[in-house]
Amino acid sequence: MFGLKGDWSLDIKKRYFTLGNYAGGEARWCPGCGDHGVLTVVQRICRDKQLPPEKTVAVSGIGCSSRLPHYMGTYGFHGLHGRALPVACGIKSRRPELDVWVATGDGDCYSIGTGHWIHAIRYNMNMTVLVFDNSIYGLTKKQTSPTTPIGFKSNTHPTGAILEPLNPLTATLGISNVSFVAQTVDWNPIHLYETIKAAHDHKGFSLINIIQRCPVYSQEVSQFLQDNPENLLLLNHENGIPIADNIMRMFPNQREHDPSNMSEAYNISFNTKLTPVGLLYHNPKVPCYDDLSSKGNDMGVEEKLAGLNKVLDQFAI
Amino acid sequence: MNKPSEETITQKPAKRIDEHIVEIVSDSGEGAQKAGQTFGNISAKMGNGVWTVEIIPAEIKPPARSPAGASGIRIRLGSHYMTNMGDAADLVVALNEQVLYSRIATDAYKPGTIVLLENKWLTDPNPKIREQYTTSVAEFRENGLIVHELPMEVECLKLTPRPRLGKNMFVLGMLSYIYSRDLEKANTEIHNTFIRKGEKVISLNQDLLKAGYEFAATNLEYHYEIPAWERDTDERLIVTNGNQGLGLGVMLSGMELVAMYPITPATSASHYLADVYDQVGGFVHQAEDEIAAIGFAIGSSYAGKTACTITSGPGLALKTEFMGLAVMAEIPLVICVVQRGGPSTGLPTKVEQGDLLASLYGAQGDAPKIVIAAATIEECVHFVIMARRLAEAFRTPVILLTDANLGTGVQPYPRPEPKAEWLASPIDQSPWNKEIPPYDWDEETGLSSRPIVGQPGGEYVLTGLAHTTNSKVAYDRESNQYSCNMRSRKLASLYSTLKPPIVHGDQEGDMLVVGWGSTLGAIEEAVDKLRAEKHKVSSVHLRFLSPLEPGLEEIFSNFKKVITIEINYSDDVNFPLIDKSNRRYAQLAMMLRAQTLVDIDCWSNVHGQPMQPGLIYNILSQHLETMKGAN
Ligand SMILES: Cc1ncc(C[n+]2csc(CCOP(=O)(O)OP(=O)(O)O)c2C)c(N)n1
Ligand SMILES: [Mg+2]
Repeated sequence: MFGLKGDWSLDIKKRYFTLGNYAGGEARWCPGCGDHGVLTVVQRICRDKQLPPEKTVAVSGIGCSSRLPHYMGTYGFHGLHGRALPVACGIKSRRPELDVWVATGDGDCYSIGTGHWIHAIRYNMNMTVLVFDNSIYGLTKKQTSPTTPIGFKSNTHPTGAILEPLNPLTATLGISNVSFVAQTVDWNPIHLYETIKAAHDHKGFSLINIIQRCPVYSQEVSQFLQDNPENLLLLNHENGIPIADNIMRMFPNQREHDPSNMSEAYNISFNTKLTPVGLLYHNPKVPCYDDLSSKGNDMGVEEKLAGLNKVLDQFAI
Repeated sequence: MNKPSEETITQKPAKRIDEHIVEIVSDSGEGAQKAGQTFGNISAKMGNGVWTVEIIPAEIKPPARSPAGASGIRIRLGSHYMTNMGDAADLVVALNEQVLYSRIATDAYKPGTIVLLENKWLTDPNPKIREQYTTSVAEFRENGLIVHELPMEVECLKLTPRPRLGKNMFVLGMLSYIYSRDLEKANTEIHNTFIRKGEKVISLNQDLLKAGYEFAATNLEYHYEIPAWERDTDERLIVTNGNQGLGLGVMLSGMELVAMYPITPATSASHYLADVYDQVGGFVHQAEDEIAAIGFAIGSSYAGKTACTITSGPGLALKTEFMGLAVMAEIPLVICVVQRGGPSTGLPTKVEQGDLLASLYGAQGDAPKIVIAAATIEECVHFVIMARRLAEAFRTPVILLTDANLGTGVQPYPRPEPKAEWLASPIDQSPWNKEIPPYDWDEETGLSSRPIVGQPGGEYVLTGLAHTTNSKVAYDRESNQYSCNMRSRKLASLYSTLKPPIVHGDQEGDMLVVGWGSTLGAIEEAVDKLRAEKHKVSSVHLRFLSPLEPGLEEIFSNFKKVITIEINYSDDVNFPLIDKSNRRYAQLAMMLRAQTLVDIDCWSNVHGQPMQPGLIYNILSQHLETMKGAN
């Protein structure tokens, strides 16, 4: 590593992290998979923000997308299918100073992990949650996911998905304590970068639904949006995701949307014709559970022993 | 009734007895438990050995005056150390006659048990109730109970228009007289209990106490003295139940986080922690379900702050997938399981030792973990402290088993003196030597030290997939075999540090009883009784279940018969279709048979009742009889 001294905790200013510091094993996703682009953006944000790798943790569940921690050079936790969020919340609970990123899939988060998704939003712990939404179960080879469009053929529904898909945005917006909800697409690296960066800047639980290409199992779903960008709706606002003019021009459909306006966010997310891209909702004032759960984590031994004697004395006879 | 003078009260001679078992039973909401706990506390403060256990109604809102609604408490007090709830009660105070039926159904009483019964039902406006009451009383008497019908309600009405709320203190007063309790101590307890409700409430309750005391002195012939238990130390004592004990253990061990989801009979441990945990800087996280609870605790442990999750059988079942991960990825973690009756929702408020095998084997593939069981309330405290240390030293989850009997039983025991070395040490944030892989297994012991998030140079990705020493995913046969070997070796190395269990009684004889968990007191009491009758019976009680304690084969070899006594299911050898080739043994018996190849017998039931010494005595006597016959 660059600029490293024997006792580098005292020499912290001289540490400079390059992209290499955030790189782990070589990514093994399929060529053309949208996950590659998200990984690159996350690594760039870590570099641009100079996040110390040892204080950064990438947490995931199980799925193709949940492989992400293996490709990071930070600490990582590749746990169980659907259970990334409880682990991530537990990591933050007594160590709020750690920078926690979560990589999860549409199946991981919105199906097997549904309970945790809803409650993690209520806890509003400070972390950045990337949902890789490819509308399919990738790792297990093409089963219907909660976001698979109705009629889409999969190995579990060979004649087409029979249920209306779940709308993760309306669902998320409906949960109390929701504080940051955005949607972006993996094939627009600049919008992706700005969205994830804004999410990371937010103190609280930021959820980004990333519409992600799976060239192998659900190619048609994302291809349709790539080919017909008029089906996307870019959300603009001074408090939204900052975007340069040249990027804006890529979106034929746009609208102003103040991310503090919940009812408008709700209406936008309900629109089944246009897929919104941008910051739907942002409320920086929602209390964070980690501020409560970490209380007392710096209590000294003497104080603890005094506390212990006090609680024991309550049972004295 | 005439008010007695102080002299008449004190002049009656009190009969010296060694111990008594007392119950208070009523509909729920009548304060029987409060009265009984206070009575237990006063007795403990007066130096008696005490064991109290709650009688919990089978339903949440049972109809009034129904057997299913029996709510109350049993207090066993004596001039010696008490380790269990004992057998049939000597004296019971009942606020209606119907609740007694559920107690009679569990053999809680015997001919000669004194019943002090509220008699207001005799004049109840409802003729059905009057009839129920009279028939029941006649029936009780026929069965040998000594029933005294007492106008408790009438007496309380002299002091309060709402006797339902205060009658429990009147009862406490009666018991205080009967057992020569120190009224001053009782007044102090009442003062402390009602301190938040103000002076008026305190003095009303103290008046009710006094009224009960005087009523008993004037109207009852029972007056006992139970001398203090002569202890050979002046160690300070505390009184708690086992769940409070777990809470104390969590705090004394320095664990800063308990993540839980409410489940009977474990929840009260978290209630207690929620009340006091902030005084030592800790936090109770009520998760959205048991899976999230263990996941949250694992997250905290992974980040260096070893955490605890507390649950019961159904919750344990939900946690299994995460337990497998904690084993696989070697994450220290403490899992307390306060066992209740199963399977499924089973008997939520009642005791069973049915989760032993689930604790050992309930996970994907081979998931060796440490499993220990507390046998006393005091051990509930100390075993949590030990569990955290084991979890960290062996980099593994540790399951600590207790049960509803320990969880709700209340007993005095030596006050643990908090020690700095019991507390978790601060997390290491110094640079990690990059040359050392995150699973640098020592081949002799399977042990390795782990990098903690925040240690520069230690960055690794923990994974539940099969992995190499570098925590790299590896599906090849050598890597998986090797890492499984290493995780299993940790148990072998823990085993090598354990001492053989101590045999209670002689080292050899006709029969050895093996137990684990909350049955300790009852088993030893039964064994002592048999030994006093010159039977060659001993017992041994296991605390470590995975790995098992060493030396068992050798101990077993010195007895003609070895039998486990457990509160879980086993086929009775006399059941139809059952013979040795298909008998399903009790859980510890199954493990011991497999491990030692000794032909161990078992006796168990799933009555949801704490094991009672009298019952064990009878069972062991029968076995001894059969053995004699066989010789
Ligand atoms: C408890 C459990 N159930 C099922 C699986 C199998 N499984 C692994 S990943 C997966 C679905 C992954 O889909 P998604 O979360 O959308 O991620 P993707 O692969 O599409 O990125 C399933 C069903 C598992 N690993 N664990
Ligand atoms: Mg998917």
